[in-house]
Amino acid sequence: MKEYGVLALDAATSQGAVYADVRVMDIRQRYLSTKNGETAQVRESESLGLGVRVIVNGAWGFAATDDLSRQGVLGCVLKAIEIAKASALVKKKDIRLAPERKIVDQWEAPCRIDPFSVPVSSCIDLMLKVDAELRKVKNVTLAEVSLDFNHIDQLFLSNLGSEIRQIKTQTGAGFVATSFAGNEIQRRSYPNSFGGQYQTKGYELVEELDLLGNAPRIAEEAAALHACDQCPVGETDVILGSSQLGLQIHESIGHPIELDRVLGAEANYAGMSFLTLDKLGHLKYAADIVNVVADATPAHGPGLGTFAYDDEGVPAQNTPIIKDGLFTGYLTSRETAAEIGQERSNGCMRAEGWNRIPLIRMTNVSLLPGKGRLEDLIADTDDGIYMETNRSWSIDDRRYNFQFGTEIGWEIKHGKRTRMLKNPSYGGITTEFWNSCDAICGPEEWTLWGTPNCGKGQPMQTMGTGHGASPARFRKVRVGMAYSK
Amino acid sequence: MMLTRERAKDIFRKVLKYSTADETEAFITSASHSLTRFANNSIHQNVAEEGMSLSVRAVVEQRTARASTNKLDESSIRQVCEAALALARLQPPNPELLRMPGPQMYRAVDRFHSESAELSPQARAETVRAAVERAEKDGLTAAGVYSNGVSVTALFNSRGLEAFHEETSAEFSITMMKDGSSGWAKKTSPSCVELEPEVLADRAARKALESQQPKDIEPGKYAVVLEPAAVLDLLGFLFFDFGGLSVYERRSCLTDRIGQKLFGENINVRDDVYHPLQAGPPFDGEGIPRQRVNLVERGVVKNLVYARATARKMGKKPTGHGFPLPNEYGEAPMNIVMDGGKSSIDDMVRSTSRGLLVTRLWYIREVDPYQKILTGMTRDGTFWIEDGEVRHGVKNLRFNQSVIEMLNQVEMMGPPQRTAGEESFEMVVPAMKVKDFNFSSSTTY
Repeated sequence: MKEYGVLALDAATSQGAVYADVRVMDIRQRYLSTKNGETAQVRESESLGLGVRVIVNGAWGFAATDDLSRQGVLGCVLKAIEIAKASALVKKKDIRLAPERKIVDQWEAPCRIDPFSVPVSSCIDLMLKVDAELRKVKNVTLAEVSLDFNHIDQLFLSNLGSEIRQIKTQTGAGFVATSFAGNEIQRRSYPNSFGGQYQTKGYELVEELDLLGNAPRIAEEAAALHACDQCPVGETDVILGSSQLGLQIHESIGHPIELDRVLGAEANYAGMSFLTLDKLGHLKYAADIVNVVADATPAHGPGLGTFAYDDEGVPAQNTPIIKDGLFTGYLTSRETAAEIGQERSNGCMRAEGWNRIPLIRMTNVSLLPGKGRLEDLIADTDDGIYMETNRSWSIDDRRYNFQFGTEIGWEIKHGKRTRMLKNPSYGGITTEFWNSCDAICGPEEWTLWGTPNCGKGQPMQTMGTGHGASPARFRKVRVGMAYSK
Repeated sequence: MMLTRERAKDIFRKVLKYSTADETEAFITSASHSLTRFANNSIHQNVAEEGMSLSVRAVVEQRTARASTNKLDESSIRQVCEAALALARLQPPNPELLRMPGPQMYRAVDRFHSESAELSPQARAETVRAAVERAEKDGLTAAGVYSNGVSVTALFNSRGLEAFHEETSAEFSITMMKDGSSGWAKKTSPSCVELEPEVLADRAARKALESQQPKDIEPGKYAVVLEPAAVLDLLGFLFFDFGGLSVYERRSCLTDRIGQKLFGENINVRDDVYHPLQAGPPFDGEGIPRQRVNLVERGVVKNLVYARATARKMGKKPTGHGFPLPNEYGEAPMNIVMDGGKSSIDDMVRSTSRGLLVTRLWYIREVDPYQKILTGMTRDGTFWIEDGEVRHGVKNLRFNQSVIEMLNQVEMMGPPQRTAGEESFEMVVPAMKVKDFNFSSSTTY
């Protein structure tokens, strides 16, 4: 890896780049899935390549190739230089980067059981057992189980003299029970929807999740949803389960704090943000009990946003985003930090692969825990709805008006979880919603969820992000509007 | 270096040399793609990539698996063949697994345009500069992309099937912004000559200017004139339900509805990869030739599309819409063409006493998979219509609307056109006027 990287970096510098960085990435993936008693996907892939990012004439250029011959690498560098010169034809000012120091280091994320060492036949055996448990329940018409393993070996070099090698293993696992009956399709997922749980760890995640032990309950719930009552329309207190709150954080806090969005870089596609620069340090984003951090450090846990250095060679950091309800920080890059006069990037630049530029991405944007268990919070609620597991999510291009649906809900009456509700939905305005939060459960209910499918950028990049959350209560929330006519 | 037919054949010869599977398939692809991105009236991201990959599917004793690599040296080709075979052996046999198809005949489609393949970073920058100048003329801020690329797909199998397709792509999209208002326009084509960036820039600029100081509007049901991009992004959520396997597995909104008049009399939809405004190869993921399929005729759900395995399960004939095997999804129509009408957007506006003109929609998600209720937001140019005229911009609105119900309430349609959005793959669809479109809340800009 280093041989290709050094060749590219030297060539970029000799061709006039005032700044250059090179990422060489070797990515391996194994994806397994079963469906209704049969294997559905059994595939493996590997991808090795190199991306070169340069500043020439005060503007960015980037090129990437998987032709790692000398000719291929040098051609890629020349392409990046040519592109930067073209960028300079339409610029208002020269690119400036916040200072960063030279770093030479190597980091490997903890991984107790290498998932690629677990026999595929054992994985499939487990998946088919889960599948069989799901289909034991009458009216489960479709059972789907998946395991997803990724190994990412990356070398970063820059003309600051940095040389950083990082190796990460990421694992995802989950299942879905779908039930079609009458004129309705209902689904229940475990431990989360859209692929399950994802973390930066090995096969130990699969063991911790106890997929088999949870299959009967989830299947029963999927089938039971048909017969239960529809989520009412109106205004009530809502308690969000931990995984749903994780996605709420992702959409209504994580995205709006991306400084590139704030400054307009995503205006044509992902959108901008209501968090204009005047709001930093002034906006009462949330209730006093709400504290949110963007923490990429390994100390935060094995999130999909955990690393030692970002893809600009900036060390992982823990940035307070909301402190006692006050908006205190953005996610930044070296370029955007300089743009708003900050002395240093807080290290949020990440690229999907060797063929993409790094963009500002969420790291682990997490809600810090409060106190107590979920059952205590339900007992403390007179009238409301507990909602669990995301089914749909939508938010406007400034991240202000949102609407979510969940797979299941339960009515709460006089401190007790009562009837099951189907098709729950809730919505609101971001700051009004977060200011209505009046209780957050404690560390014993806190989970660091992985969102593996966050899309941003053109060309589109899919990135994994982490979101720690414990269940929390929000007062007087609009519910049921998704089905309201 | 892009993949040529001869290079692909050479790689497949090596695959056959190393594969000891009962049957072997190789998907060989190469792509080069460049994209110039601008925001705040400057180019801020500007990228190019090239890559090639080999994906091998092995079949052994009624088991199949796939392994892929982008390392194409002799040793890596041998390893990927071994990996596919090893993965296949580690799973239970599937008695329903079909033999690979033999040689097929394909209808030629010409979707390679050298002007798109050769478009330089300098040429893209000059086009962007002209768009920025258009923005600055009216004090607007522009953001967008201009991209071009070449993709090559070669598919071979050990039963003698050989398919090869190369095509180019180009895209220009632009958002113009001013004081709380914005406008947007986008076009894609295999040929960059077709894009007309200056027309798109002007359209986006006019929308931004005409929607300045947008007004509040009460949520509710309104007649809407949906421009083609808005139509596209809604319909995109419907068409995966036309895959045979999704109906067989009862996860489609068409389950128990085939043959029913589900939509209005004026709705006619087909899948047609050979349509002159369409793109993509004339074969599917197994190399079966794509067929034209009438999906909806006069509102009646007439046909689904079928991969080979699904066709066998359901007693139908394959239509050439399968995804590469193995996969969970089966198949889907990817080249939708919807019939339209003769009305212009101006005609639709003139016929509306009170309603909304919608440029595009955003962050659309499925709320209910069987009623096909979708939620999402309007974006970049939403206007109030009164007494047959566009009066002013309005602040963005959230909708919760069943697409099935919507397609029963289409009152007017324009001529179908190749359309690109951000939520769906490209289709050939018309603008349409729909009555009683359900908006459930509004936002503050």
